[in-house]
Amino acid sequence: MSGAVATAEPIGRRNWLKPSIARERRWALWASYIVLVFFAIGFLAPPYFELVTALKTSQQIGSGKDPWFTAHPYFGNFIGIITNPDFQTFFLNTVKVTLIVVVLTLAMSILAAYALARMRFFGSHAFATGVFLTYLVPESLLFIPLFKVLSFLHLINSTWCLVLVWPTLSVPFCTWIMIGYFSSIPKELDEAAMIDGASHLQMLWKIFIPVALPGIIAATIFAFTVCWGDFLYPLAYLFTGKQMVLTAGIVSDLIHGDVLDWGHIMAANVVASAPPVIIYAFLMDYYIAGLTAGATKG
Amino acid sequence: MADGTTGISADALHGFAPSVRRGGLRRFAQRRSTIAVLMCLPLIALIAGLVVYPFFYSIYLSMLSRDATRFIGLFNYRYLLRSDTFDLVIFQSCFFAITAVFFKALIGFILAHVMHNISGRDQRIWRGLLLIPWVIPPALSTLGFWWMLSGNYSAVNWILGQFGIPQVAWLSNTWTARLWVAGVNVWYGTPFFMIMYLATLKSVPDQLYEAAAIDGATWLQKIRFISLPMLRNIISITVLFSLIVTFANFDIVQILTTGAPADTTHVFATYAFQLGIQGGNISLGAAVSLFIFPILAVFSIFILRGVGRRAREGM
Repeated sequence: MSGAVATAEPIGRRNWLKPSIARERRWALWASYIVLVFFAIGFLAPPYFELVTALKTSQQIGSGKDPWFTAHPYFGNFIGIITNPDFQTFFLNTVKVTLIVVVLTLAMSILAAYALARMRFFGSHAFATGVFLTYLVPESLLFIPLFKVLSFLHLINSTWCLVLVWPTLSVPFCTWIMIGYFSSIPKELDEAAMIDGASHLQMLWKIFIPVALPGIIAATIFAFTVCWGDFLYPLAYLFTGKQMVLTAGIVSDLIHGDVLDWGHIMAANVVASAPPVIIYAFLMDYYIAGLTAGATKG
Repeated sequence: MADGTTGISADALHGFAPSVRRGGLRRFAQRRSTIAVLMCLPLIALIAGLVVYPFFYSIYLSMLSRDATRFIGLFNYRYLLRSDTFDLVIFQSCFFAITAVFFKALIGFILAHVMHNISGRDQRIWRGLLLIPWVIPPALSTLGFWWMLSGNYSAVNWILGQFGIPQVAWLSNTWTARLWVAGVNVWYGTPFFMIMYLATLKSVPDQLYEAAAIDGATWLQKIRFISLPMLRNIISITVLFSLIVTFANFDIVQILTTGAPADTTHVFATYAFQLGIQGGNISLGAAVSLFIFPILAVFSIFILRGVGRRAREGM
């Protein structure tokens, strides 16, 4: 190598530099994995702890020994919670209302996004901005006046009130993502369709929805997550077990029940958290693509 | 371009064939915008009826007396600002939001870089794992945290006990409770920052980092002179955004402490809930939750500017 340096200076220097960059890269890779492992442990410890607690008998939990491990997993809590009629009611209520709101959200946001992305009308630009601003409004700013509005409509302590209030959380952002996706569709496509005599609805149905399907998937996941996980509205507006949904039901009803059975509560937690986790496991990429196109809650 | 002149001629030739065609066109344009408004109508109704109207109604409510019979102006606000408990609520809301957002952004920034170093399949797996806290409904995971922390024989104390550290009543001391409330929010929100920064990092050309490496830049210099400038816009959007959301957070405080010990961990949302829904004093509750509005108003202007810039840059 020293001979090479004597004959060709620049090449020699590069040879000397290259391994150092490679070494630096290797170090960076190792350091990255160490940091990742450290944070992964911290991030996954709470869900892991919930799962372990759910797999223990109440004697094991009460003994306070080894809270982080269990040698003999016990599935009684899961069986107990799945056959618990209260929990079944919460689950069915949540599924029912969430599905309705997701469908409503998609219908409202796709129609509005199409109009805002493609058809200019008086104040459409300001309205699009307004939609984004609405998305920034947190639910805790409005839950008290909405309580009065809902009691005027006799919807307090009825699961159906969520069909009314949840779209305020989901529709603005879904509209915003869909405007982005629709705007990215080339104008030539709908001009061609227009010349062929397609109506607006046909264009929407035959061109925009199929082409913007990734965006629609992202919007669906967003609407689903927001509804499934919402806690403030159900807690503020629902009181009796028959009307409850999962989040508020587990927190208020199961806890304030007769005994504080942590194995049961954690099993309920795991079952209630499963649907969003499963959906993300399969559709994460769509969601992240849609998310990074806008900017969302966290 | 020659709109004015053709307009006059169309008027003059009223009733003739060309003007009929113009009228048809105009009607078509009208119909187009009518359709557009109709398509937006559900959304307009939703926003007007369930966001804008409740907001103004909330202002009106906050000026009523407890039994909602008398108009008392700003008395509720004066009452709140003079009460010691509300001072604590204001302090804790700011402390909670600023601490949590700072650490979410910092850890998210670090994790995004770390994640960017590893490639392909591995990155997907790690990203999936680290996203889990953000995927679980926060109300449910906070319940798990509560069980992890409550009581002297909590799971966290058990770990400390293995290292011979004495037990701490985490949720009964003001400052440990405040830190845990913020900590749970950091745990929940960091993955969001991570994926936003990671997505933006991927759009930064690799050549920039390679050129810096050849010039002998340290990793700190690479972050200082490449990552930070390239990510500046998305950092400001996410931080402002998260400040609004965290400032208005409800779930975590409500479940973890419900304001205890002695109202020192209450934030605006939980205090409004306690006064307005549980205590039945709707007007005072409305006044408390309206304190969220100023920060929302100021920050959303900056967010709009940032999002506009992002759209122009096509990122």
